[in-house]
Amino acid sequence: MPDLALGKHSAESPNSPAIVKSKSFNSIYSVKAFLRSFKQAKLSSLLVATIMATPLFVLALLAMIGDGESFQHIKQTVLADYIINTVLLTFFVAVLVLCIGVPLAWLLANCEFAGKRFFNWALVLPLAMPAYIVAYTYTDLLDYAGPVQVGLRQWFGWTSPQDYWFFEIRSIGGAAVMLALVLYPYVYLMTRASFLEQNANLTQAARMLGASPVKSFFKVSLPLARAAIFAGTALVLMETIADFATVNYFAVSTLTTAVYDTWLGHYDLASAAKLSCLMVLGVLSLLMLEHAQNRNKGTSNDAKSSVLEINYRLTGWKNWAAFSFCGLVLLLAFLIPALQLALYAVNYFDQIWSSELATFAKNSFVIAVITAFVAFSLALLLSHNQRMKSHAWQSGSLKLASTGYAIPGTVLAIGVLIPLTFLDNWVNDLMVYAGYSPLGLVFSGTVFAIICTHLVRFTAIANKSLEASYQKISPSLDMAAKTLGTSERKLMWRIHLPLIKRSGLVAALLIFVESMKELPAALLLRPFDFHTLPTYVFQFASDEQLELASLGAIMIVLVGLVPLIFINRSIDHQ
Amino acid sequence: MPVLSIQSLNVSYDTKHVIQSLDLSIEPGEIVALFGPSGCGKTTVLKSIAGLIEQATGTIEVAGRRVLGKQENVATELRKVGLIFQDYALFPHLTVRENIAFGMTHLSKSEQASKVEQMLSLIKLSEYIDSYPSQLSGGQQQRIAIVRALACEPDILLFDEAFSNLDPLFRFELIADIRHLLKEHHISALFVTHNQDEAFAFCDRIAVMHQGKIEQIDTAEKLFESPKTPFIAEFLGEGVWLDCKVESATQLQSSFGTLNYSGNISLNDKVGQQARVYLRPHQLSLAENADSSVQVIAERFVGECYESTISWQAQTVIVKCEKSMLNKTVNLKVKTDIQSVFFS
Repeated sequence: MPDLALGKHSAESPNSPAIVKSKSFNSIYSVKAFLRSFKQAKLSSLLVATIMATPLFVLALLAMIGDGESFQHIKQTVLADYIINTVLLTFFVAVLVLCIGVPLAWLLANCEFAGKRFFNWALVLPLAMPAYIVAYTYTDLLDYAGPVQVGLRQWFGWTSPQDYWFFEIRSIGGAAVMLALVLYPYVYLMTRASFLEQNANLTQAARMLGASPVKSFFKVSLPLARAAIFAGTALVLMETIADFATVNYFAVSTLTTAVYDTWLGHYDLASAAKLSCLMVLGVLSLLMLEHAQNRNKGTSNDAKSSVLEINYRLTGWKNWAAFSFCGLVLLLAFLIPALQLALYAVNYFDQIWSSELATFAKNSFVIAVITAFVAFSLALLLSHNQRMKSHAWQSGSLKLASTGYAIPGTVLAIGVLIPLTFLDNWVNDLMVYAGYSPLGLVFSGTVFAIICTHLVRFTAIANKSLEASYQKISPSLDMAAKTLGTSERKLMWRIHLPLIKRSGLVAALLIFVESMKELPAALLLRPFDFHTLPTYVFQFASDEQLELASLGAIMIVLVGLVPLIFINRSIDHQ
Repeated sequence: MPVLSIQSLNVSYDTKHVIQSLDLSIEPGEIVALFGPSGCGKTTVLKSIAGLIEQATGTIEVAGRRVLGKQENVATELRKVGLIFQDYALFPHLTVRENIAFGMTHLSKSEQASKVEQMLSLIKLSEYIDSYPSQLSGGQQQRIAIVRALACEPDILLFDEAFSNLDPLFRFELIADIRHLLKEHHISALFVTHNQDEAFAFCDRIAVMHQGKIEQIDTAEKLFESPKTPFIAEFLGEGVWLDCKVESATQLQSSFGTLNYSGNISLNDKVGQQARVYLRPHQLSLAENADSSVQVIAERFVGECYESTISWQAQTVIVKCEKSMLNKTVNLKVKTDIQSVFFS
């Protein structure tokens, strides 16, 4: 009789007549069913998932059992400020990305105006800009010694700061603007896709029923796109919470900078873990909010309109207003910073170019390539296992292995460092015990630790993408291949891999770029005298020498442009 | 020796029994339909035969080889069955040639090439040999899918709702073509469908499934004329239930008058019992009668005749008439012999 519950959690089969008999039987039955369902799981999936989730478990454990002296101190003094700053920052960023992203999405999805074709793809470009690089360029431009204030002083004949008011870029508001300028494309892309998917008949029906364009937007289009807007904003806020370099540079103390200081300043791992868990809680509540939003997805309708979509053709001042709005966003978020960097690079080329820079670029490149390749392989393994044995254990593994993306790099770095240090100690003890000299910190003190952190953080990108493209492959293809005499392994090489190639490549590219850009993990974990491009740029920029880091920054931006070309192409295909 | 023999097949997911001790046997060269409403388990039977379901128990033999039994559970790729899908399941990244050659891994390149050409000539699609599936129509894709399966020389072909995605205009043309192809090469097939017209057009015998069981397996004519269960009677087409009483071995008494019975099952030992018969529109006729309280309340012109709707004893009765009878009061008559009688 227990066979009936095979393949499901024991708790989910209360209808089985055999299990109602007695309580003791029930518990034995549950254990048996659990063990049997465990056999259905692919061990490789479980192993990968466990390793990927280890940093988070370790952090939680350490936060609970560690004493964390500095945490007590921080709690009594500045913790409230950190939390308030973090909340304020996320709030400002959310408002800004909504004000930029949603109108842009609507304009480009529904309207015809000058330069639309260009803006369609150009407005995605800021994604290639790390926020900290934008922050550095704007600080150089706008602070007291920057060309803008110098120009104003000369023009009006002011001599000192007392003569005039000028906003302070190095503030929480400034940080929010910088982050919003490079993160709005998430909201823009997702919302635009949602607007484009909407059935044009619905808007037309609203218009027919007497609603003005404005009213039909607020009553029909916007509510329908709500889930997408929310998902995009949630992504932006996760990135905001994870940001370290911008707030650090602007001297805005948030939870991220607190984790960094506690670890590098006081070497107090337990306190850093406690602070990290606070951040993770914040991210988790964000994700839960988003999930709750998406649950009642009664909003989406799959029926596509057969009628060609009727755009609003903008003319006169409306045309120019739309053009100026798009142009201004692009100018601020991409053109000005890029131009500034390019000018620096040209003017200071002799001082910048060094074999060192090439080495750092190579370091970043190698780390990113390894991360992308391994992350893709792991995601392929997980998705393939799930495809072959669709089972709660497999999908659970996939989810568990994707948690890392929600965790800020600073937090993850610490989560990875702890188990790797254990591993190092264990290996060294073993070496000494066996009569050899100890190896030193081969895991925690090398690039290995950086790659591990990147893997835990970015594999989720590949997981999501591969899972989605696997779902697009009709199950009948698998069955057809099997009845035509193909084994499971051949199925992957002959059918699945060719079909998921494209989205897999884009995912690998995205991971590559994210890994090239990722600063906090490398900053916390880099071996002595070892630099990646981001840490190199960070170091110079912190020393107010952005011009010397400009070439490195340009490299990061250029690499970041590559996947955007792919993404834009796939959008055009749609 | 039957080409497919299933004995006491059982499939259950968790605590739900999807298939309950199902038996089925198909003779060489025979085309059989598994016909039933959605959710009755027909596709599950198909997947059990192909070995795509782990939960199946019982005995399945394909061409005398046991593929499922107490000890045996042969892997799908070794069962020698071909499976044809509703969505054609052609590999989108491979050309027609590569799709057909997919299962011929044991042949040399030149043997593969000649076999692919031979297969394509069977379905007269030779000029599409280097096309990709997306460049072909649904009907062409399904033809390719069928020869792709045939190229592996399976012992039996299994069709899973294989024609339901096709344009109704060409569907029956394709069904006739495929039936001709299978008959010509003496290939056996099991065809899962919920579409009665397709089952009738494609198959020699039809197994009607209901709630995980086969209720009757017979030719289309026999199913239609003498269904064995009330479910089958209702499932095969609209009609009306009429209470009656068995008067003798050949006569039934009802409120429509005396009905003649000429079914296979003897009613000798049922005389005097209450029974029900199921009457289809073509078995009924209307006669104008000004004194009757029964009235035609609606009608629909369907080309060769009118379908008149009558409300009779809380049932909606549809009768085919040659002329318009709307709003007239009428008498209902039964014009054919009764073949099936149901006792509760």
